[in-house]
Amino acid sequence: MSKVLTISASPHSFGVDSTQKIMYGVVLALLPALAASIYYFGIGALIVTAAAVISSVGFEYLIQKYVMKVKPSISDGSAMVTGLLLAFNLPTNIPIGLVILGSLISIGVGKLSFGGIGQNPFNPALVGRVFLLISYPVQMTSWPKPIIGRMNYLDAETGATPLAVVKEGLKNGESFSSIDIPSYIDLFFGYLGGCAGEISAFAILIGGIYMLWKKIITWHIPLTVLGSMIFFSGLLYIINPEGFADPVFHLITGGAMLGAFFMATDMVSSPMSVKGQIIFAIGIGFLTIVIRVFGAYPEGVSFAILIMNAFVPLLNTYFKPKRFGEVKKNG
Amino acid sequence: MLKTFPKGGVHPPENKLSAQAAIEVFPIPPQVVIPIAQHIGAPSTILVKRGDMVKTGQIIAKTSGFVSANIHSSVSGKVTKIEDVVDSSGYKRPCVIIDTEGDEWEEGISRDPSLISSIALEPKEIIERVLEKGIVGMGGATFPSHIKLNVPSGKKAEYLIINGVECEPYLTSDHRVMLEQPEQLMVGIQIIMKALGVSKAIIGIENNKPDAIESLNKLAPSYPGVSVEALKVQYPQGGEKQLIKATINREVPSGGLPIDVGAVVHNVGTAIAIYEAVQKNKPLIERVVTVTGKSLAKPSNFLVRIGTPISSLIEAAGGLPEDTGKVINGGPMMGKALSNLDVPVTKGTSGVLIIRDEESGRKEIAPCIRCARCTHVCPMGLEPYLLMTVSKNSIWEKAEKNDIMDCIECGSCSYECPANRPLLDYIRLGKSKVSQIIRSRRQS
Ligand code: SF4
Ligand code: SF4
Repeated sequence: MSKVLTISASPHSFGVDSTQKIMYGVVLALLPALAASIYYFGIGALIVTAAAVISSVGFEYLIQKYVMKVKPSISDGSAMVTGLLLAFNLPTNIPIGLVILGSLISIGVGKLSFGGIGQNPFNPALVGRVFLLISYPVQMTSWPKPIIGRMNYLDAETGATPLAVVKEGLKNGESFSSIDIPSYIDLFFGYLGGCAGEISAFAILIGGIYMLWKKIITWHIPLTVLGSMIFFSGLLYIINPEGFADPVFHLITGGAMLGAFFMATDMVSSPMSVKGQIIFAIGIGFLTIVIRVFGAYPEGVSFAILIMNAFVPLLNTYFKPKRFGEVKKNG
Repeated sequence: MLKTFPKGGVHPPENKLSAQAAIEVFPIPPQVVIPIAQHIGAPSTILVKRGDMVKTGQIIAKTSGFVSANIHSSVSGKVTKIEDVVDSSGYKRPCVIIDTEGDEWEEGISRDPSLISSIALEPKEIIERVLEKGIVGMGGATFPSHIKLNVPSGKKAEYLIINGVECEPYLTSDHRVMLEQPEQLMVGIQIIMKALGVSKAIIGIENNKPDAIESLNKLAPSYPGVSVEALKVQYPQGGEKQLIKATINREVPSGGLPIDVGAVVHNVGTAIAIYEAVQKNKPLIERVVTVTGKSLAKPSNFLVRIGTPISSLIEAAGGLPEDTGKVINGGPMMGKALSNLDVPVTKGTSGVLIIRDEESGRKEIAPCIRCARCTHVCPMGLEPYLLMTVSKNSIWEKAEKNDIMDCIECGSCSYECPANRPLLDYIRLGKSKVSQIIRSRRQS
């Protein structure tokens, strides 16, 4: 027989999913939010997103090729996801230079300094965001107002986010119900100031449902994050409805939805076992509310996720999946 | 809702191409090569020598230990050689080579196909007969069956579970056997029940074989204690522990055996072999083999004498296709790739699968993205990504502590990994190291 047969160990059949497919699935899931952002913030959203994506992919390529001297892996799509997520965490009137700097930090420090895809303990996009927030607090917290079809970019008219308005108001002793914020319907669909990708809970939800349907993510992390936020904010609200914002407000404003569906679910920086994921997600919900209500910043999702990222190795060590036929160890 | 095992599992494309192909009796080959180590356990002791004339069904090698099995000649003719030949394991192992002359059967074996349903033998005699006739597990594990019929003292068998799951894609030999020999199967089950002293037997069949489920369901009322359980299609449901969990919702403890939870599992093919041994006095000398593949002209199910070269089966199914890349002994999930197609069919050969070139290679290994899919699909609740890492780095204590020995080598993790990581390859390596360590610890 002339034919040379392939010899390899079982299994001989493989599933169809690949890293690439997963990453481009996430990109697809982010498109509704991008569309909403362009709708409400106009040209600025487009510029910031394009700058972040191009510079993230570019930095990944350059650093891998010239600094790490490895084969660039930009085709796996993960740098693109990081770029998109970073852009969605920035105001849409932020100067391009800062966007590029943020990408460099996300990719260079947040991802490649740990060894590249799969090695980073923290969500790279959040590393970039928090770096910018600390280094450029003014630019990072001047949020353009949503004006449909806007064509101006850097000089966009700005205003505070609903979260900041409420926080300020409550601090000044106003009651929650008397503070002037847009209707919840408007907030749900995205008519509010904020980050590019944070504004439309509705658009994020569509992307989230898509990812659940495609099994890119499981329900455990996003639903537990949101549930935990409802629980802890609800607790405060029940104690004092005038002194604290209600849970619905917390869910549909700021980065709650984006964080729950897209940032906390980052595979690399979230726990491996279901038990670990649940604890991780409860922690994120809890810390978000604590920071939002008692902390210095009106928004807390990013910090909450980064803090819980740090606990992931511990969670992976102590919360193992339940073994089949587990034998109770003595004692 | 159909029952299944609750944890992990994957659902690869079923590709049961030969499901409608009735079993064909394969011609007796001019020569058979019968390995004397075709079962788990000690190789048997050869009883014949070069030049001997043997009859079909005559014993040619005797069990040589507790875990071992008798081997019988599958043809009549002359022993021409006894030598080491490469078998489906890829290793050279001792084989008895017989040149066929006619087909003269050993006295006392009944070849009358009519059904005998009354069971004359007593439990002890049944077990002796199963031992004598060389019956081993025919699902692929080839564990000597008489051992599983002997309930160890202090344990009690409550359920006999019959494995008709056939969860491996492509394979259809069990399916065809259930369709074409349902009554023999039922009597075989009653024989095993009698030997074990159990009153309940459950035949687990995946729902992709509705014809088999229906026909056995019709027969079941005439066989007291036997019921059929339709199961949701989910790999690896044919694993003993998964099947027990799916049918009677009991979990075999880590490191334990099915009997620890009162269950004994036998494959449908084995039940029929036991029927033939007990009612017809027939040793295990032939079996049904699925020969299949997407490019193969005629995917088939053949009733083949043990020792027939696999290449002749492929020839009969239309010949080796041009675009062949790999030939598997068994199914795509747990089967073994063959380098030599002249290896003989053994008691454990359930199928021969021909895979096309484009599906034969492995894809490029990418970095682990910690997606946890391997963990989610592992039916044993293990963390394959972690077991691979510790095995790769030779951290054996950590491998053992993370229950590497519980791995049933089902391959679900490697199947599912989006980064194409060779998880099971490393886990196998880890398992063999850890088992060495455990053995040497026991000795010291
Ligand atoms: S499935 Fe593959 S990529 Fe995902 S965690 Fe397991 S080893 Fe890593
Ligand atoms: S670790 Fe073992 S038991 Fe678990 S999925 Fe992989 S091969 Fe199967």
